[in-house]
Amino acid sequence: MTLPSRFQPSPGSIIDFPPEASCFQIEGLGLSYSGKPALRGLSLRVPRHRVTAFIGPSGCGKSTLLRALNRLHDLNEEVSYEGKIRLEGEDIHAPEVAVDELRRRVGMVFQVPNPFPMSIYDNVAFGLRLQGGLTRRRMDDIVEWALNAAALWDEVKDRLRASAWSLSGGQQQRLVIARSLAVRPEVLLLDEPASALDPISTLKIEELIRSLKSQLTLILVTHNMQQAARVSDYTAFLQDGELVEYAPTDTLFTNPSLRRTENYITGRMA
Amino acid sequence: MRRRRPLPRSEGPWAWLAAGSVALSLLMLTALLLLIAVRGLAHFWPATVVQIEMQDGRLLAGQAVRELPLEEGHGNERLYFTGNRDLDGEIWHWLPVDAIASVERPPELTVLERRHHGRFIGRLIAVGDAGTIDGNHAQQAVWTRLEARLAALEQLRGERERLRREVLRPLIRRLDANPNDADAQLALVEANARVYDLQLAMRGEVALLESVDGRRLRQPLEEVLRAWRPNAMSLPQKLAAWAGGVWRFLAEGPRDGNTAGGVWPAIFGTVLMVLLMSLLVTPFGVLAAVYLNEVAHQGRWTNLVRIAVRNLAGVPSIVYGVFGLGVFVYGIGSSLDEWFFSDSLPSPTFGTGGLLWASLTLALLTLPVVIVATEEGLARIPVEQREGALALGATRFETLARVVLPMAVPAMLTGVILAVARAAGEVAPLLLVGVAKLAPQVPVDGEFPFLHLERKFMHLGYHIYDTAFHGSDVQAAMPLVFASALLLVLVILVLNLTAIFLRHHFRVRHGVQPRP
Repeated sequence: MTLPSRFQPSPGSIIDFPPEASCFQIEGLGLSYSGKPALRGLSLRVPRHRVTAFIGPSGCGKSTLLRALNRLHDLNEEVSYEGKIRLEGEDIHAPEVAVDELRRRVGMVFQVPNPFPMSIYDNVAFGLRLQGGLTRRRMDDIVEWALNAAALWDEVKDRLRASAWSLSGGQQQRLVIARSLAVRPEVLLLDEPASALDPISTLKIEELIRSLKSQLTLILVTHNMQQAARVSDYTAFLQDGELVEYAPTDTLFTNPSLRRTENYITGRMA
Repeated sequence: MRRRRPLPRSEGPWAWLAAGSVALSLLMLTALLLLIAVRGLAHFWPATVVQIEMQDGRLLAGQAVRELPLEEGHGNERLYFTGNRDLDGEIWHWLPVDAIASVERPPELTVLERRHHGRFIGRLIAVGDAGTIDGNHAQQAVWTRLEARLAALEQLRGERERLRREVLRPLIRRLDANPNDADAQLALVEANARVYDLQLAMRGEVALLESVDGRRLRQPLEEVLRAWRPNAMSLPQKLAAWAGGVWRFLAEGPRDGNTAGGVWPAIFGTVLMVLLMSLLVTPFGVLAAVYLNEVAHQGRWTNLVRIAVRNLAGVPSIVYGVFGLGVFVYGIGSSLDEWFFSDSLPSPTFGTGGLLWASLTLALLTLPVVIVATEEGLARIPVEQREGALALGATRFETLARVVLPMAVPAMLTGVILAVARAAGEVAPLLLVGVAKLAPQVPVDGEFPFLHLERKFMHLGYHIYDTAFHGSDVQAAMPLVFASALLLVLVILVLNLTAIFLRHHFRVRHGVQPRP
């Protein structure tokens, strides 16, 4: 059976997971900004409790795809969708899905560390306070747990009341990760989380990502292929809004099945 | 290796031109402030009093004010403040300098500040009961006696004020509520009797005064507020007298048709009006800015609204005054009177200018400033902050309330600072909507509802205008005009500093921006 090459450039190059092993199932997703298509006919499944990386040249749509997963495009009236995104089998655009609840389940970390102008403690407690109904004790516990999970507790435990903006860039990014973890998401989306950081901070973030996959599913967008190779279990290569190849990271980087992929990862094209 | 150092490039004339403009502006500003400070504060200094003998034998006593050249070749002419309106009918004398034979500074020359007829300058002969007074007392004993009597009178006046404030007014309020309260009626009669006794105790004594040219005057002591002998005072005494004068200017109400006394009601009115204005304009301005920037669909229509708002800031303030008069005073005020205060009609309650309408008018006037500043602050908040909150499951409203608005507080306060600066100096619209020449009763007191929004109020800006142009004696009022102007500048400064301090506080609380 041959599909139109537009949608499935090479059938063998797309890895498939059974629905029960995947948390996100994306089916024929298309997305356009005021009529201009940014994503086209994109279908893939994201495995649960693994790190999946989206790579591709600038403007290929990898960040757009990531933001579609927690409906962050909703604020932009010019964005229109087609196709389906399912989270644990449930269409995230279904009318009965509350977008704030979806975003609580699918956390996100951005390229530039964006702690709120509050204390370190208040930053981590922000999402918890939105939900409400927690005792002080319980809140303290969760904050400590989240900071520990983000490998930041030892560095900030003595100054939880200090402004989050007094932390270094790398610490801020880990704080933002702790803030996301505190609401116990099922998926964490990371949009080039280390691109604004120095090498040591980057290393810490990468270690953190690897350590977190036992607890939740991580999806990483990066323009740094070494990072994708180091951190992720599966890698999807996107180009011009289309999914080109999706394979276990080892396979994709050592033995890509398509010329386009090989050209990109060996640096023969921008 | 030899390194070539780049030659310093000349910045050309532009840097000098720019620096020169800044220096010139600073110089003008300093000169302005110095002028009003010196001319205003000098008024309270107990200046030396001189006795002048003219070549034609005339004797005068007074304080030199300034000197101007006469016509070509006729020397100079000097202005003296001589007081004694009741004796001379005139308190100023222009004297040709050439015609002055001698100028002396007798230490016994006395200046009296009186409730009527302004100041007296001359000699003190005696103090005593109106019936038995004669002129045969030693100078020092008389002066000591006068000081003692004036201090006693001051105390009696204070006691009377205290009685009126703490006993009489509450009693009258009780009787208003229940006219048949027998205890209150009895207490009122007693208190009135005590006030009457105090007033009797103040009466009866006179000071026998003599001008330097020998005319005598019997001055009832209760009319005398203060007495001093500037030529006999030491520097610390003069400083103390000056400080006392400044304090009375700040703390007392005006006298003699705004040409004497203090400006307390005007300070109070200005500050209260500005605070009320800020309370009214901030929520409206912030809500409007939030709607424009956060809620409304961004398009041609919102841009049109924005342009309109910005242009409103350029409308002359008197136009706002006319609007306030037409809409607030005649429109809303009259209706309020008909619905709620029909008992007191035809005398209007809210149907005439007052504190509330003035504050509302100025709030309208400053609304564009607050909207623009807040909108700019909202637009500056990085999109990552909003997305960060949304990504944690916050709704749009929660994002706005918990992240965006707290971060925009400094910008809002900038708007309020600009609004205060504009509103506190605004006089024109107030003329139409509630400022008063004389309103010694400030709009806040112990009477329910404590804040009287319908009352007319005094305003420093209008007080300056009124003192300068509507007094009976412009010459006498000039120092007060300068002092009031200085005070207005200081009041605005204090109001602004408060807001700036608040803004700093919020900036610190929200941390310093990590990125520019």
